[in-house]
Amino acid sequence: MSHDTLPRPTKTRQPTSLPTPAGRRRRHWTKRANPVAGLGSFLWLIIVIVPIYAMLSASLTSADKALTGNPLKPPTDPTLDNYNTVLTSGFGHLLSNTAIVAVSVVGIVLVLSIPLAYVAVRTRDRWSNAAFRLFLLGVAIPAQAVVVPLYLLIAKLNLYDTLLAVILPTAAFAMPVSVLVLVGTLRDVSEDLYEAMALDGASPLRVLFQLTIPLAKGGISTVVIYAALQAWNGFLFPLIFTQSDEPRVLTLGLFNYVSQFGVNIPALLASVVLSGIPIFAVYLVARRALVGGLMGVGGK
Amino acid sequence: MTAVVEKRPPGERPTTKAKASSIGRPHAAWALPGVLFFTFFAVVPMALAVYLSFTSWDGLGDPRPVGLDNWQKLLDDPRMTQSLWLTVVLTVASWAFQTVVALLLGVWAAGRQRNRAILSAIFFVPFLLSSTAIAILFYALLDPNFGIIQKDTLGSQSGAFLAIVFVGGWQFIPFHTLIYQGGARQIPEVLYQAAAIDGAGPYRQFFSITLPQLRHTITTSTVLMVVGSLTYFETVLILTKGGPGTDTAILPYLMYEAGFKTYDFGYASAIASFLVIAATGLSLVLVRLTGFGSMRSTREGM
Repeated sequence: MSHDTLPRPTKTRQPTSLPTPAGRRRRHWTKRANPVAGLGSFLWLIIVIVPIYAMLSASLTSADKALTGNPLKPPTDPTLDNYNTVLTSGFGHLLSNTAIVAVSVVGIVLVLSIPLAYVAVRTRDRWSNAAFRLFLLGVAIPAQAVVVPLYLLIAKLNLYDTLLAVILPTAAFAMPVSVLVLVGTLRDVSEDLYEAMALDGASPLRVLFQLTIPLAKGGISTVVIYAALQAWNGFLFPLIFTQSDEPRVLTLGLFNYVSQFGVNIPALLASVVLSGIPIFAVYLVARRALVGGLMGVGGK
Repeated sequence: MTAVVEKRPPGERPTTKAKASSIGRPHAAWALPGVLFFTFFAVVPMALAVYLSFTSWDGLGDPRPVGLDNWQKLLDDPRMTQSLWLTVVLTVASWAFQTVVALLLGVWAAGRQRNRAILSAIFFVPFLLSSTAIAILFYALLDPNFGIIQKDTLGSQSGAFLAIVFVGGWQFIPFHTLIYQGGARQIPEVLYQAAAIDGAGPYRQFFSITLPQLRHTITTSTVLMVVGSLTYFETVLILTKGGPGTDTAILPYLMYEAGFKTYDFGYASAIASFLVIAATGLSLVLVRLTGFGSMRSTREGM
């Protein structure tokens, strides 16, 4: 978010009142090589890369060869058969269901959270404070703990085994963090801008659309990605609120592949790779927004 | 603001103080749809979970009140005791593993060299896979016939436990590294310069400046880890199914089994209520011990 654009104290040259030893660079972190830290980060790199490499390599190995070889060895004659197996067993349906859930969740979260954050920042009366506090506490509500009563609610609403049964609770549980992120961003908008627009007689609605939303783009894109990730990765709600093939989403499909493909581990891994590709594509495009937005969470 | 408003030509707008300060401000009612939605799908179910814990319900028909039966059962259930202990140990072990690695990586990655930026980008990749995908990946890689380690890791108690701690770390350390990276970048450079003048080496600087300065970041990250450790449910369900035996059946898994395997929703709700009470209590203790509450004010302009 804003951290990347803020002027860093490191970049301002210190006045002579604070002399620094000759030849010392201004940034402590690039000052000198730290071999221990470098070694540690290299070790972690291996821990991150080896499983990913093993997954890619195994997914390209034919099923009958897989059991004889070690997944760390590169495949001798790579094949796309496993990907074919997965793609022809209803993967597209899972993908489109998941996309519907993700888009709907993002839509609901934005429509509900933006006015909320706007009120929390601009209208500091008792009620908007209470609303904000509800979401502050809401961060701590584990989805696990409410899944049984939600099951009852979903059944009573006649939504069991539909995509809506996944969409609505997922959106609700993505709201607390979204509201916090948006409130954080909106607080950075200068009070003067609001006053200027208010003096011009702009209605709150116009202020929201012409000032708040354009200036909160960073926070909004963080929320979009966060909510989409929640929807994309959600497992518990689909597991418990759906049953048939029709509303099945990607994570649940993967879970079913475990029993469906049984010992065909290469096909299983191909399905994992395929499930990661869409989100990885988004990551490549929106890395700055994602990383920048999440980095602000622990600051201060 | 009030001063400005008083300059208005009289009569153009009501100039009472209350009105003046509310010009151009949205009404609190704008928050209502979001509050109602969240209340219905998160707060009401929480209250309902407590209610259901005093009933007997098999998922069909209506819940039947049974008083304290489920809670009595909860206290007497040896699996509950084991599960609670397991959840605590798993949370603590995961916290220690993830905090140490994420803190070191985050502080290191706060540098601005090119290779660090590239490495940080690679480090982040595991976070992009879903818990389900990651659990399946390690389920395959830990397979005794197929996997990297040709041993039945998941078949032994300590192996299964360590696998869950490791897989959780593999997935979530990237995220926490990012948080620490953000925190470390906000430490004023002047502190390091002053320390260097006083002759403090890099390790002394780390323990005397970096760690204390990151205390709020550590708190945020810890709270997220503790709440997040409840989401290990997927990992347990796919990787070990609570086994071997019941050796990795953490509380959410126990609740899932009680509810959706044996259809004892009353008992499942008692476990769920216990989970909420424990999580809330833990958050409050953390807030007290670490001054998270005071962070609210410094969150201004987060």
